[in-house]
Amino acid sequence: MNRRTLLTSVAAATAVASLPRIALAQAPVKVGYIYVGPKNDGGWSQHHAEAVAKAKAHFGDKVEIVEQETVPEGADAERVMTQMALGGAQLIFATSFGYMEPTLNVAGKFPNVKFEHATGYKTAPNMSAYNARFYEGRAVCGTIAGRMTKSNKIGYIASFPIPEVIQGINSTYIHAKKVNPAVEIKVVWAFTWFDPAKEADATQALIDQGCDVVLAHTDSTAPLATLKKAGAYGFGQAGDMIEYAPTPRLSSVIDEWAPYYIERIQALLDGTWASQNVWYGIKEGMVGIGAISDAVPAEVKAEAEALRDSIAAGTYKPFTGPLNKQDGSAWLADGEVAGDDVLSGLSFYVEGIDAEIPK
Amino acid sequence: MLKLEKRASPSTFWTWAAPVVAVALTMVVGGLMFAALGKNPFVAIRTIFWDPLFGEFAFYFRGQLLVKAAPVILIAVGLSLGFRAGIWNIGAEGQYIMGALFGGGVGLAFYPAEHWFIFPLCILAAALGGWLWGMIPAILKVRFRTNEILVSLLLVYVAQAFLASMSLGLLKNPEGQGFPGSRSLAQYPATANPELIAGTGIHWGVIAAAVVVLLTWVLLDRHILGFQIKLAGQAPRAARFAGVSPSRLVLLCMGVSGALAGLAGFFEVAGPAGQIKIGFNVGYGFSAIIVAFLGRLSPLGILLAGLLMALTYVGGENASTNLGLPSAAIQAFQGMLLFFLLAVDMFTNYRLRLVRRRVA
Repeated sequence: MNRRTLLTSVAAATAVASLPRIALAQAPVKVGYIYVGPKNDGGWSQHHAEAVAKAKAHFGDKVEIVEQETVPEGADAERVMTQMALGGAQLIFATSFGYMEPTLNVAGKFPNVKFEHATGYKTAPNMSAYNARFYEGRAVCGTIAGRMTKSNKIGYIASFPIPEVIQGINSTYIHAKKVNPAVEIKVVWAFTWFDPAKEADATQALIDQGCDVVLAHTDSTAPLATLKKAGAYGFGQAGDMIEYAPTPRLSSVIDEWAPYYIERIQALLDGTWASQNVWYGIKEGMVGIGAISDAVPAEVKAEAEALRDSIAAGTYKPFTGPLNKQDGSAWLADGEVAGDDVLSGLSFYVEGIDAEIPK
Repeated sequence: MLKLEKRASPSTFWTWAAPVVAVALTMVVGGLMFAALGKNPFVAIRTIFWDPLFGEFAFYFRGQLLVKAAPVILIAVGLSLGFRAGIWNIGAEGQYIMGALFGGGVGLAFYPAEHWFIFPLCILAAALGGWLWGMIPAILKVRFRTNEILVSLLLVYVAQAFLASMSLGLLKNPEGQGFPGSRSLAQYPATANPELIAGTGIHWGVIAAAVVVLLTWVLLDRHILGFQIKLAGQAPRAARFAGVSPSRLVLLCMGVSGALAGLAGFFEVAGPAGQIKIGFNVGYGFSAIIVAFLGRLSPLGILLAGLLMALTYVGGENASTNLGLPSAAIQAFQGMLLFFLLAVDMFTNYRLRLVRRRVA
């Protein structure tokens, strides 16, 4: 096949991909999803997949979903998305940060197909970015952790040193410290999003260092299983993980993607889809706080719920001064709120955290 | 009663028939598995083996097969030299990573300059990086008689730690908003390894793989060194009498396989993968071991085996997306292929005989 016929075929396939909506209003609209982990990982990918199932139930026959699990972040993701676009998908959701460049590349090749990329920062005329303010949930968990720890040591299983995770560590520490000035935070870097064995090892390492409350920024339930054996506390992450309540799971930070998926697919059906870059939190319902278990004393529960409600109402922002950077230099003055431009690229710890961001 | 009987010499027929029979058996048993999962087995098999080659979108997938197969073939050909001589380099994945770091690192050191010599320099650096990483187990083996299987494998994890450190530190993109990973090598014209003819999937790595297959074929068939490698594997004592130095052979085979893995690593990060980052390596160094054996350690065989492997990946993914098969089922399918190959391979060295037992 020579270059010209190839380009024609791509163009034809693209045209075909965008045709059904105009020509056959009754035919289902094809929407694609790619996941970084297995659909039953118990965490991140599973909660995207469950939200997709909800969206599917909402739209019924109007929408056809095509999904691919366990897609590595790189050339493979590009191929899978291209395949979906060629197959007629009109809207494709790439549900992991590492898909950002591949999504951008595929979006460039298929100007008539819409793309949505989770947790990144790059957009294009046919590519949106959506992200959740997970750190708002960490603020609530940090408050509970600060009250519940007896050893005054909180552990944090970090995945990769990206802004989202640094926001989480800072937010946890700031709010634990507010209710318990003696608290320390220990961080272990797992360098993975999903690896139950590694996550369990990281949890054990934190327990061995004396931590009795551990937060995970990885996706499996392995940390909770390890905490249960050790009699320590933890939180559900990405999903509610209610099966570990009342202990070790005290509460959870839940990713609520379904409303967003329904909203965006509806926009596609209505022909009103436009590229955007959104960062939703507790207020918009993209971050949910799981029921606080009975292992938490009533006054602590009330305190945590009040914090959650003030974040939901918009009256409190988790990154509000006075806050210094780790090296002691000033960051936010009293009452000053960190801007999204700074938060979205956050690369330093706040004062008091005795740890280093891996270099 | 059935009895296995060792053949006097390996069967030429089964040497080449084994992979074909293995693929056929995989289709049958895999088809049964797909049927048990409630999918039409014929559609599933067609989606995996036929559609990427001749289906509606084959114009795209044919190129992707080359993209997927090239690094594996490049690495596997290098490994096959050592495997023939009984030298087991299991750490190609680490050499692949080091090649990418050396090649990419040299390229980024020039950023944002534009010179014609940057790309060739990157290629040399990548080969050097892989070669050096392969030399560690080689020298330890020659000097201290350590086991190269263990040392080369463990060095993969060292390379991964080094990759993480580079992605977060020295090579981190200063304009990357704090996210780990280097600048894009694919978008920096001096280091980019682009698709050379649009839509074909052919980049420099594909060309390198083709050239290396050809050169290795010449080496093994026409050159004294190829003869020595083969001799060392089949008859080590005879090789020693013939004046083949085992140490020299270890250094050579580990070095060549390391350098080729390093090249594959650079071509990947400068092209399809695009940038150096944690986890850019998706296991080509390990797949290559399988492909080397699937291809009977011969360059042409490896070429075919690499393409077949790519087909099961690309086609398997299509089946997974379009038919809703779990990705675990696809992995099981790929596993079956190897299982059957090893099983059928027995007939190369053994024959099955029907023995009538007398009633006592």
